[in-house]
Amino acid sequence: MMILLYLSSGLFLGWSLGANDAANIFGTAVGSKMVRFRTAAIISSLSILLGSWLSGRGASRTLEHLGEINEIAGAFVVALAAAVTLYGMTRMKLPVSATQSIVGAIVGWNYFSGSVTDYDTFRTIAATWAICPALAAVFCMILYLAARYILMKSRIHLIKLDFYNRIGLLLVGAFGAYSLGASNIANVMGVFTQVSPFKPLDLYVVRLTSVEQLFILGGIAIGVGVFTYSHRVMSTVGEGIVKLNPVSALTVVLASSLVLFLFASQDLQYLLASHGLPTIPLVPVSSTQAIVGAVIGIGVMHGGRGINYRVVGKIVAGWVVTPVVAGAIAFIALFIFQNVFMQRVYRPVEYTVSPEVVQRLARERGTVRLLVPLRGRTFKNAISFRDSLAALAPGISPKEIEMVLRLSRVQRFTVNTSLLTRELKSGFLTPRQASALRDINGMSFTHTWQMQEALAEKTKDWAFREDNAENRQYNKVLRDRIKYLVRRLSQPPAGQNGI
Amino acid sequence: MQPLFSKTRRLINEIDNFLDLASQTGLHLREGIRLYIEQRYDEFEQRLETIRNAEKRADASRIDVEASLYTETLIPESRGDVLGILESMDSIVDKAKKTMLNLSIERPVIPARLKPVFLELTDRVIETVEELVSAARAYFYELHAVKDHLHKVKYFEREADHMAEKIKREVFSMKIDLARKIQLSYFINHIDYLADQSEEVANRLSIATIKRAV
Repeated sequence: MMILLYLSSGLFLGWSLGANDAANIFGTAVGSKMVRFRTAAIISSLSILLGSWLSGRGASRTLEHLGEINEIAGAFVVALAAAVTLYGMTRMKLPVSATQSIVGAIVGWNYFSGSVTDYDTFRTIAATWAICPALAAVFCMILYLAARYILMKSRIHLIKLDFYNRIGLLLVGAFGAYSLGASNIANVMGVFTQVSPFKPLDLYVVRLTSVEQLFILGGIAIGVGVFTYSHRVMSTVGEGIVKLNPVSALTVVLASSLVLFLFASQDLQYLLASHGLPTIPLVPVSSTQAIVGAVIGIGVMHGGRGINYRVVGKIVAGWVVTPVVAGAIAFIALFIFQNVFMQRVYRPVEYTVSPEVVQRLARERGTVRLLVPLRGRTFKNAISFRDSLAALAPGISPKEIEMVLRLSRVQRFTVNTSLLTRELKSGFLTPRQASALRDINGMSFTHTWQMQEALAEKTKDWAFREDNAENRQYNKVLRDRIKYLVRRLSQPPAGQNGI
Repeated sequence: MQPLFSKTRRLINEIDNFLDLASQTGLHLREGIRLYIEQRYDEFEQRLETIRNAEKRADASRIDVEASLYTETLIPESRGDVLGILESMDSIVDKAKKTMLNLSIERPVIPARLKPVFLELTDRVIETVEELVSAARAYFYELHAVKDHLHKVKYFEREADHMAEKIKREVFSMKIDLARKIQLSYFINHIDYLADQSEEVANRLSIATIKRAV
């Protein structure tokens, strides 16, 4: 019950996403009565659920990179701050993105907990805010030209065109909803992935990891939002976009769905990477802003008619205002939760430059010489450690700082296989991985990477492969697995959750 | 999926059938007026019967299309335009039948020297209707071709107006009873009305086409 209470802010975020964003996808179809609401609601709920479950992991990893929220109460507050910001901004009729508010809230948590914000990730995410509507506009223009060419060349009867359009709206709607789920489940449940209270669940046919269970729950919340509230929003959106003719409306929805898919699809990322092409960052993007971008694309094709520059201005303003407001709300709410409700909203993370760290760094690259004066010192949070590093070596690159932070991060735990009986039995690990884990039973570690190295010595099933496009997914899965085990092994005994 | 396909096909056939009937009515009218002028009254009466049947079938077709568009909520964006276009085209068919019927009832005597211009006026009017039917067909099949026909509708309508005015001036300058003059003028208006109505539908079509343009 307590778990559901903590997840409630994320579920609320999911509900409002279902109410608002699903309407972007099926609004035209339902608003113009070409598709019945029930049909649209069933198709979009199922597709969103599938998208969240099967493809949601990519974009949520990016958010984890931005800030690893390590207490469920903290995740609750972050999601709540994002939800409140989203609600307030939507009330003010601003086309805001859930990503912008969740990113702001995560950065707020980082400040509060003394964690370092990964500015590389932040920059990547912020760049997508501008790229997403622009790309949707370009896609829409291309699709519009293609549609116009096809209609010119083929003698399709108006009634037949209407028939194809209906089928198109259903297919594109399903695809859009799938992409929406894949892209935006990260906003709904991304902050909870590090503190997921669920254990892997074996359903005989399929085995659900704890993150997948979170995503399915989030997908259901979005689905409830679709069924309970999106009908009203769909009518409004429908009226707004209905001014476009059905073919244009279809291209708008298809263009924005494609953008959502591009920024969420891990498969596409592997495909691009395996052909040596530059990959697209997996970031949750806003369907509202993609739709507005696509409509602008149609406007440009009509010689600039119908472009609402006020809406464009509001979107641009939202890039700055939304994260700042969400960050401030998160910071204040975290303070209140910690000091008034006595909840532990973050677990302090120490950093220590132990001899093992220095040794390990020596193997990595020449950074070790910079750390000599810091050898043996412990820092109470990432910010103070980073500042010391920056003071010691002014030229140190953000990537090097990130590596030093990752290696020095203190995570004390002892391998206790009796805590992992379910994981060892359920096929979560390969037989060799399980056997290696049993071999190191009882060993204690100060850093996560030490356990990984100890395991890798036992079997190559625990060793990272060379970092290239083909192996990226393998390494990601391995990293997730180690993270999960460390989390299970370092969980405080029940009853110690207060500050 | 199959019933959906067959429903769509049936409706397309029904619309095509309506447009065929509209075009045929115009052609029958031209033939009917020629038969009347040549005083082949029996054949004229047969032609009237044919037009009556065509008008009935066109009416039934239009009602069927309207019902399908509404009950199956088809083409929501263009439904109003399509229904408006079909209804006003139906009124052209109606007017063609009425013109033939009134000729049959009133049997006006057309002076010999006016017979060729009467036929010429009918030709222009029917050309207007034909172009309108082609424009309407293009609206359903080939949107970009609509305007190729619309400008011809306007051209033939102006020609028909010009012709009607010329005949009326000639009628009123003739030394015949005023009652005959008024009756002939009334029939000229009747025939010319088809061209005027075609132009009105063409205007509707032109707006509907802009609305549908991708």
